[in-house]
Amino acid sequence: MSRNLILGTLLTALFVGAALLSFVWTPYPTDTVAITERLQPPSAAHWLGTDHFGRDMLSLVMVGARTSIAVALVAVGIGLGLGVPLGLAAAARAGGWLDEAIMRMNDLIFAFPSLVIAILITAIFGPGATNAIIAIGIFNIPVFARLSRGAALSLWRREFILAARTAGKSAPRISAEHILPNIANLLIVQGTIQFSLGILAEAGLSYVGLGAQPPIPSWGRMLADAQTMVALAPHVAIIPGLAIVLTVLGLNLLGDGLRDRLDPRLGMVCA
Amino acid sequence: MLAYALKRLFILAISLAIASLVIFLVVEVAPGDPASFMLGINARPDTVAALRAELGLDLPVHERYLAWVSGMVQGDFGTSYTYRAPVAQMVAERVQVSLPLALYALLLSTLIAFPAGIFAAARRGKPGDVAVMGATQLGVAVPNFWFAMLLVLLFALKLRWFSAGGFPGWDDPLQGLKALTLPAVALALPQAAILARVMRSALIDILHEDFIRTARAKGLSRRQALWRHGVRNALIPVLTIIGLQFSFLLAGAIIIEQVFFLPGLGRLIFQAITQRDLIVVESVVMLLVFAVIVVTFVTDLAYAAVDPRLRRRR
Repeated sequence: MSRNLILGTLLTALFVGAALLSFVWTPYPTDTVAITERLQPPSAAHWLGTDHFGRDMLSLVMVGARTSIAVALVAVGIGLGLGVPLGLAAAARAGGWLDEAIMRMNDLIFAFPSLVIAILITAIFGPGATNAIIAIGIFNIPVFARLSRGAALSLWRREFILAARTAGKSAPRISAEHILPNIANLLIVQGTIQFSLGILAEAGLSYVGLGAQPPIPSWGRMLADAQTMVALAPHVAIIPGLAIVLTVLGLNLLGDGLRDRLDPRLGMVCA
Repeated sequence: MLAYALKRLFILAISLAIASLVIFLVVEVAPGDPASFMLGINARPDTVAALRAELGLDLPVHERYLAWVSGMVQGDFGTSYTYRAPVAQMVAERVQVSLPLALYALLLSTLIAFPAGIFAAARRGKPGDVAVMGATQLGVAVPNFWFAMLLVLLFALKLRWFSAGGFPGWDDPLQGLKALTLPAVALALPQAAILARVMRSALIDILHEDFIRTARAKGLSRRQALWRHGVRNALIPVLTIIGLQFSFLLAGAIIIEQVFFLPGLGRLIFQAITQRDLIVVESVVMLLVFAVIVVTFVTDLAYAAVDPRLRRRR
C-alpha cells in the first residue's frame, strides 16, 4: 500500500470513527452549558479545551464530524444517484438529443459559481443542513454525469459490450450490468474527492450561518463562534479548523492513493 | 475562428438567459413578501398593497421577469427594498472592494504557483518536488476562511502589521491595498496550491515531448530547454485554469469579506438576505454569474486563438 493510501485511510478512519462513536459516546454532553469552565485551554480534563459556553471541544469536534460527514456524504449520494444515470443515459444515446440536452444542462450548472448558488439556495429556502445538502449535491450531479459519460463512451466501443448488444440486451441493461461495474473504480476515486470538497463547502456554509443551525454542532459554526474570541483563546479557532484540514487532507490522500492503486484505465480494462 | 466565436457567443447568450430565468424563479418562490417584511407585522393590508404596487410586485411573473432583465441590460438593477437606493449604485460601490480583492488574490496565487510549479517539475521525484507537492496537498485542504483567521491572529493581533478588518477606501491607495493584503493572501493560498499542481503536471507533460528532446539535442541545457520551450508551452493550460479560477475567487471573496468585515459584494448579499431585500440578492447573484460566464467565454476564445485544434474539435 502506498504512503498516501495508508495516511489517507488512517485520517479518514479517525474522523469517521469519531463521528460514529459520537452517536453512542462523547467525553461530555454537547448541550450542557458550564460558564465557569468557559474558554479553558487544553488540559487533562478537557483534552482540546472548552468553548465560550464551557462545552468540551473534543465532544463538539466529534459531533461536528458527524454533521460534516453526513452533509458531504448525502451530497455525494445525490451526485452519484442522479449524475451517474444521466451520464450513462447520455453515453448510451451519444450524439442524440438526450446526450446533447444532458451535457448542455451540465455545462450550465458548471457555469454557475457553486458557492454563490449554494448561498442563494440556503438563503431563500432557509438555512439548515438539509438545504446545505441540496445546494452542495446539485453541483455534484454534473461532475459525476460528465465522468460517467466519458468513461462509458469508451466502453460502448468495446467488444464485450458489442457482444451484449448482439445478445439482445437493452441499453439500460447493458449500462447497469456491464458499464457501471467497469466505471465503479473511477466513481469511487471521484467520490472521495467530491466528499472532501463537500466537507469544505459545508464548513463554508455553516461559517456564514447558512449550514447546520445551533444547537447542532458543526465545524464551520464553531469557527464562526470562535472568530471574536480568537485573541482570547486561540484554541477555539485552531481546533475546528485543524479537524477540517485533517479530514479533507485524509480524503484527498485516500483519493490519490485509491487512484494509484486502482488505476482507472487498468480498472476499466480488467474488470 | 469567427464561426467558433459566434457559436460560443450564442452559447453565452443562451447560458445568460437560462441563468437569469433560474435565479429569478428561485427568488420568486422564496417564502415571505418583501412589502410585508418592509412594513412590519402591524402594517395595514391596504398599505402593504400600495407598497406592493409601488415596487411592481403586483404585476404578473413574466412581466416582472422581463422588466428585471431589460432593466439590467440598461444598467438599471432596480431599487433596493430596504435602502430605497438604486441597486446599481450599491453594487458599484461594493465592486470597488470585491473586484480588486479577487484580482489581487489572482495575482498573488499566480506569483506563488508559477515558481512553485516550475521548481517542482524541474526536480520531479526529488525532495524539492515532494516538499512542494506536500505543501500543495495541504494548501487545497485548508478552508480559506480559517486560514484568514490564522492570518489575523498572527499578523494583526500578535505582530500588529495589518489591521484585523475593515476597509479605509481608495483615497489612499496604499492603505486600501494594505487592508486587502491579508484577505487576498487567504483567498490566494488554495488557488495557488491548485495552480502549482496544474503548472507542474503541464510542464512534466511538455518536458516529455519530442521538441524538448530536439532542443536538448541542439545543445540547449536542461534549464534553457525548460524556460525557452517548456514553460512557454505549459502556459496554455495554465492560463485557462487562471481564467476559471477567477470565478472561485469572486465567490470565495464573499466568505472572506465576512472574516475581514470588508464592505464588498459578499457583505451586501448577506445583509440583503437577512433583510429579505430580494431584488439586491438576485441582482448581485446575476452579476456574479454574468462575470463567471463572460470570463469563461473569454478564456475559451483565448484558448482557441492560441490552439487552433480546439476550434475544429467543437
